[in-house]
Amino acid sequence: MGATPDVALIEQIVRQRLDEILPQKIEEKLAEMKANKTPSMTIIATKGTLDWAYPPFILASTAAALGWNVSIFFTFYGLQLLKKDISDLKISPLGNPGMPMKMPFGPDWFKGINWNIPNLVQAGIPGFESFATTLMQQTIKNNGVADISELRSLCLEAGVNMIGCQMTVDLFGYTREDFIPEVKEYCGAAHFLPMAQDADVSLFV
Amino acid sequence: MNFDKDLDARGLNCPLPILRAKKALTEMQSGQVLRIVSTDVGSVKDFAAFCKQTGNELLSQTEASNEFTFFLKRK
Repeated sequence: MGATPDVALIEQIVRQRLDEILPQKIEEKLAEMKANKTPSMTIIATKGTLDWAYPPFILASTAAALGWNVSIFFTFYGLQLLKKDISDLKISPLGNPGMPMKMPFGPDWFKGINWNIPNLVQAGIPGFESFATTLMQQTIKNNGVADISELRSLCLEAGVNMIGCQMTVDLFGYTREDFIPEVKEYCGAAHFLPMAQDADVSLFV
Repeated sequence: MNFDKDLDARGLNCPLPILRAKKALTEMQSGQVLRIVSTDVGSVKDFAAFCKQTGNELLSQTEASNEFTFFLKRK
């Protein structure tokens, strides 16, 4: 009968000791794991206009510069960003009330004017989109922002993994020859999701 | 301060100063110092975060007439 209290006592002492040392140990171990882990990011790029081409490439190139592993999954209109020549990406102010329409030339007071052009007028003038795109390209240049082809090259140089959505390639009637050869993988959602699950940061653009 | 390599990032905007700096650093030896001059206001916080993440040391950071000068020591 004498053994039972001893076991209980030992158990109590062990528990007490574990409570003392475990939190610190776990914290140390977690910090060590965090320090040794290479951060990773996955991005889903779904849009194919000049303005929306920036977020995935800016974030991917910057993350790669920080030493992260980065993958971008290009789906739907995002596939446009994988085409061999992306210098013809366009921007449309039509039905885009968030976009300021400002002139990239002239004196400061003139550049400051926000041209509030009605949708009906924008839709009626042939070549309005090209005109707006030219203005945007000039604004990008004036502000020392990278052009989009350059940003994509920087991403590729830094080892950003670019993946095409096979379903969208088929849906829109593309062939793989339409895209840059650096795209090594074409896959579907089931392949991408586990990558996103393992990533520290996952973004939808 | 002495430096081994100079990077003129004036007129460049986010994220180009960081990307150019990263490229310059990869061409340098451990312990060498890179000087960067930029005009992008955002680069102040960006370079601090970049150094913290990559383990390269930010030796100093100064501002004079809207130009920011950074000295980075390669890891």
